[in-house]
Amino acid sequence: MEIGLNHYLVLSTILFAIGLVGVMRRKNLLLLFFATEILLNAVNIAFAAISHYYGDMTGQMFAFFIIAVAASEVAVGLGLLIVWYKRHGSIDLDVLTTMKG
Amino acid sequence: MEKYLYIALFAPLVSSLFSLLFTATPKKLFTGIVASLLIITSLISSSILLTHILETGEPIHVTMMTWMQTGGLYIPFGFLVDQVSVTMMMVVTLVSSVVHVYAIGYMDHDKGFNRFFAWLSAFVFSMMILVMSDNYAGLFIGWEGVGLCSWGLIGFWFHKESATWAANEAFIMNRIADLGMLIGLFLIYWNTGTLQYDGAFAAFHQLPTATLTWIGIFLFIGAMGKSAQFPLHTWLADAMEGPTPVSALIHAATMVTAGVYLVIRSHELYSLIPHVGLFIASLGTFVALFAASMALVNRDMKRVIAYSTLSQLGYMFAAAGLGAYWVALFHLMAHAGFKALLFLGAGNVMHAMKDELDPFKMGGLKKVMKWTWIMMVIGSLALAGVIPFAGFFSKDTILEAAYSGNHMVIYGVLLFTAGLTAFYSFRLVALIFHGEERYKLFGVHPHEAYRFMLVAMSPLLLVAIVVGILQTPFFDMVEEVLNGHEYHIEHTLALIMLVGTQLFVGLAILYAYVKYANSKIKVPDGTSKIENSFAYKLLINQYYIPYAYEEYIVKPYRELSEFFWQKIDVKVVDATVDGIASIIYNTGEKTRDMQSGNLSTMLRWMVVGLIILLSLAVIFGFTVKYSGV
Repeated sequence: MEIGLNHYLVLSTILFAIGLVGVMRRKNLLLLFFATEILLNAVNIAFAAISHYYGDMTGQMFAFFIIAVAASEVAVGLGLLIVWYKRHGSIDLDVLTTMKG
Repeated sequence: MEKYLYIALFAPLVSSLFSLLFTATPKKLFTGIVASLLIITSLISSSILLTHILETGEPIHVTMMTWMQTGGLYIPFGFLVDQVSVTMMMVVTLVSSVVHVYAIGYMDHDKGFNRFFAWLSAFVFSMMILVMSDNYAGLFIGWEGVGLCSWGLIGFWFHKESATWAANEAFIMNRIADLGMLIGLFLIYWNTGTLQYDGAFAAFHQLPTATLTWIGIFLFIGAMGKSAQFPLHTWLADAMEGPTPVSALIHAATMVTAGVYLVIRSHELYSLIPHVGLFIASLGTFVALFAASMALVNRDMKRVIAYSTLSQLGYMFAAAGLGAYWVALFHLMAHAGFKALLFLGAGNVMHAMKDELDPFKMGGLKKVMKWTWIMMVIGSLALAGVIPFAGFFSKDTILEAAYSGNHMVIYGVLLFTAGLTAFYSFRLVALIFHGEERYKLFGVHPHEAYRFMLVAMSPLLLVAIVVGILQTPFFDMVEEVLNGHEYHIEHTLALIMLVGTQLFVGLAILYAYVKYANSKIKVPDGTSKIENSFAYKLLINQYYIPYAYEEYIVKPYRELSEFFWQKIDVKVVDATVDGIASIIYNTGEKTRDMQSGNLSTMLRWMVVGLIILLSLAVIFGFTVKYSGV
């Protein structure tokens, strides 16, 4: 059986779903970052596959952008996370509710 | 001359605004003095305008500014001083000058002294607008203005329940009639395209009689309210709750004659529709008799005079309805003088008797109040139409007009009413000034009014005495505008009528004196035979008309209002509004849990939102795809 576009898209959907569940369920900020990475990469897979399918490089270019943005985002995010951990000694989301109205 | 026109018009406004500055402060004598001086300024300007009119016969017509101009509608603030309006201006400014000066003394101890002058001058200003406007819209502004000021002055002692009630009654009754007037104005504009007197009058000649009849009827409904004609008459007697100078100025001399003025001013309309005129004359005659009958028994001094005002207004409408516009205007002028005099005299008596109104509790006041007695006797003689006082000339001419128009019923009723008028006027004089000094039982010590108040009243005394002589010059002046003609009845017949009328009036006066000036008069206690007769009860209760209004109009209306309030307003309108508010409030209450500040929860809500938007997009996509667009 040849692996076609649909397989990639299904994989992408499954990964996106896993990421989404992770985003919703995880209480640890670090794991939340992981879930976000999974979401972004699920989209990257879809971009790359569709780009290959249509022979158009725009999608792959966009995937690179996303990787770059994701990397910087993680860098900033991890920095903030470490600062937070040093201050509060916990990265549990349920504790992180200073914005509660 | 325009200068004097503006001075005459705006001096009362300045006076009102000046007094208005001090309404919140204690009594200041100078507000009264300044107000009086400004009104007298207005009187002087009006006199200058009168001499100008008399000398040249040229009306003064100015357009101050445009009020509104949209499409075909053009209404300016224009003022017209012609023979008719200058007469009214003289009446208004003369009586109001007298009343202003008089009120300085009368309102001496009143806390609302400054406020009183603010209202009174505002009234004069409105009245001047009413009589001087050159179009119906301006007249209507003045019309509403005097209504408002009348409300403020009837209810001047607003801490009294009865005063506020009377003020509201007057205002509401006038509002009902004003609706008729407004419809009349709309009809005029609709059919002629203008509200200017000259334009409208010229256009009336081309209109069908049916249209003119409707216009005439609706305008007259407005006049009926302001001049308190049956069936809208009940407010006038109740309006006596106001201070007496107000009764003299507004409810005797000026505002209530505005209705007559409207008919006279629209004489070009009413002379085209004599059948409406006949109706007006009949109603006026009826009111003359009807009001006079109620005055026969009433035990409230001011109300008796109020009913006589009503009766005299009936005379004026009778004259105007029969086409004798100049006679109506002449009677209006004479009546303003002697009726204001009577009211101010009654005010003196009230002051002396510590606000007692029942003439049965007075008696013998002649000794302590000589000047007031003389003034009231002359006022009553003029009112009764005794030769040679003012009322004789004006009222006799009305009778002649009715006689020479062959309206024998009107003539007969008016003649009979003249006798009644003489009787109740002198019943009042006899009860107040003659007979036993019954007031001693009540422990009051009457005293004459301030001298300046008596001096202030003297111009009115002069009017009551001499105005009759001015009949021919007056006729010469107004005939150009009112197209009047003098009434000539064959000489011997006229003499017989004159002697007969005078004899009748004289007998009525004599009868009143015999009956009420003796020492046997006691304060009625409800046991005497006459007080229990049906006729007395009918008259003292004003034919049960106020009772009927209360029972069959006010109460059902109140019930209806309560039904609408409790069933419709509370249960439907309020419930809907409250329901919408509570839905929003409860939604907010429920959804505030979303804003927990917990990142995890917020992310979940974000996913929910995403799913909803995605679903909508999908549904919308399918709808578009399968709707075949």
